[in-house]
Amino acid sequence: MKYVDEFRDGALAAKLAGAIAREADPGRNYAFMEFCGGHTHAISRYGVTDLLPANVRMIHGPGCPVCVLPIGRIDMAIRLALSRPEVTICTYGDCLRVPASDGLSLLKAKARGADIRMVYSAADALALAQKMPEREVVFFAIGFETTTPPTALVLRQAQALQLANFSVLCNHVLTPSAILTILESPEVRELGTVPLDGFIGPAHVSTIIGSRPYAFFAEEYRKPVVIAGFEPLDVMQAIRMLIRQVNEGRAEVENEFTRAVTEDGNLKAQALVSEVFELRRSFEWRGLREVPYSALRIRAPFAQWDAEARFGLEFVSVPDNRACECGAILRGVKTPTDCKLFGTVCTPENPMGSCMVSSEGACAAHYNYGRFRDVPVVAGTTR
Amino acid sequence: MSLASPVKKGYVRPLDLKHGRVDMGHGAGGRAMAQLISELFAGAFANEHLERGDDAAVLPAPVPGERLVVATDAHVVSPLFFPGGDIGCLSVHGTINDLAVMGARPLYLAASFILEEGFPLAELARIVASMAQASREAGVPVVTGDTKVVEQGKGDGVFITTTGVGALPSGREIGGANARPGDAILVSGTLGDHGMAIMAQRESLAFDSEIASDTAALHGLIAAMLDAVPTIRVLRDPTRGGLATTLNEIATQSGVGMELDEAVIPVQPQVAAACELLGLDPLYVANEGKLIAICPADDADRLLAAMRAHPLGERAARIGTVTADPNAFVQIRTTFGGRRMVDWLSGEQLPRIC
Repeated sequence: MKYVDEFRDGALAAKLAGAIAREADPGRNYAFMEFCGGHTHAISRYGVTDLLPANVRMIHGPGCPVCVLPIGRIDMAIRLALSRPEVTICTYGDCLRVPASDGLSLLKAKARGADIRMVYSAADALALAQKMPEREVVFFAIGFETTTPPTALVLRQAQALQLANFSVLCNHVLTPSAILTILESPEVRELGTVPLDGFIGPAHVSTIIGSRPYAFFAEEYRKPVVIAGFEPLDVMQAIRMLIRQVNEGRAEVENEFTRAVTEDGNLKAQALVSEVFELRRSFEWRGLREVPYSALRIRAPFAQWDAEARFGLEFVSVPDNRACECGAILRGVKTPTDCKLFGTVCTPENPMGSCMVSSEGACAAHYNYGRFRDVPVVAGTTR
Repeated sequence: MSLASPVKKGYVRPLDLKHGRVDMGHGAGGRAMAQLISELFAGAFANEHLERGDDAAVLPAPVPGERLVVATDAHVVSPLFFPGGDIGCLSVHGTINDLAVMGARPLYLAASFILEEGFPLAELARIVASMAQASREAGVPVVTGDTKVVEQGKGDGVFITTTGVGALPSGREIGGANARPGDAILVSGTLGDHGMAIMAQRESLAFDSEIASDTAALHGLIAAMLDAVPTIRVLRDPTRGGLATTLNEIATQSGVGMELDEAVIPVQPQVAAACELLGLDPLYVANEGKLIAICPADDADRLLAAMRAHPLGERAARIGTVTADPNAFVQIRTTFGGRRMVDWLSGEQLPRIC
């Protein structure tokens, strides 16, 4: 595949791995967090850690939109779909399996008769509403800054069309506030408990918000940030740049993903988003609990297309399983195998915690791609 | 003197194959059903067993020493027609392949149709014609069948279940539990073509070069392979769940591990591109005309040559090795230079969003 395979080239990867091994100081350890699930997936999918020296450790961050969606928000959609037969809920495929209360998920609610459909875009949901004027079509919108502009766009279109049977159940969340929460967590703040030497900054999110919002973390918390694309060579290059910053005592925002990310980001998209959305005072995240000013809600002029207002939906917080270590894993305090539930009661087929929900989550990525590392190498393996 | 009756003796108005639709009468067991069977099915599948019109087909016993092999497969594909095939030929190929990967010679098929009220007869005729052609080409006749009609909204146009009978020569033992550490793993061609053809059609994805289903009957290829290398231990067609799922099944059945080399696994560029776009992994996408073969490493080159000499195996490749691993993990060396597991698919493969 042109323009993709170039970023997955094994020979280039080997060269970069050599450079990283030379530049990493054997006298110290490096711990970097890749914020985004896209990076987590790339690292696991391509086996990037096999190309890193033993003293460079990657911590998987909370940047997986499906993983951080709290049970209570999915419950809202399920309750709506099951109680109002005229409602059709549309959402992205990943969302369908997220476990909710009463052993349900959107997929299981569908089996109980709820009209729930998978769409590839917000525009598909809008088109569905136009095609089925007799149905109440509700788009269950999730995601970070990347998926927010398309949701804003359909809300504006619905307003322009005065579409009477379409609304959005908005769950859009913000990257910088999640990073801040991690940096403010006691384990990271109290020096030495959890080493966190820097961040690989988001790829797609940064195309929208630009590189500027990360400057605060670099300056205030003295943590280097390198924005990187989602291809494995991007990740390797970003790790090399982070190691250099650490070695030189720098804490700056650097941009490895210059082919897509600018300092300002996409101003048009930002304007669109602020026209349609405003900040929520607080929003619950799976694994991080309540995070102040970390999510968006639909502004009053669009209230007619806001499913929460339209159907009078209430959010009820539902605690995660007590033994679940997702919160600690998301902050880098623990690894998936530290959790008692990992691979026993909590598996991708039957996820208990957020990190096991999507293939971008830390636990699911380790379970699906990396769990062979947990068992001793078996003799007799050929080649 | 009475006038001659206007009823023309023995005359039945032919089925309206242009504008007609399936109605409940076509499944009620009366004249309408008899007519549907005689005009639509019997003509297309014409063979001596079906022509007898009995409730079951009476078939000759297999050669002494041979064992009978039976397989059944339900087909519920949507859309019914897709680039490279349709539910008709798919339902013939699917069951023939299930027999063939056991090392059996497919002999006969039985077919059962569940039709939805309102389904256009013209489309049904197209499906039946495609089935009949596939069965003729494969040399495996449909010798008995059944038709039911369900009310509108209770089916998805057409469901077809086919059951196949085959004969397995004595001494031939092929099965998923036979893989041994050190064996070679081969595939007969590019992966993910069928699943992507269906998904591209469903999502109206347009590509420069169309993705066509690979649906095909594999018994000819398998016969050639077994002629060249009778020591083949495992054969299986990686349908739903794709290569990854099928290899995990074999690894679990045999109690072995596997190590694959991503760089040599054949995937068509347009399939890879479509997977990239939808966030899917081609290793988990369905195939309907491909097979996995496992044989002793010393025979692998000969087997590969035999596969490549057959039109359905031109792009065959040796993709990995069976390892000793009580965990039955399937691992892959990535093109990037790392390693990872290729695990069972959890749930349905759903596109990632971010």
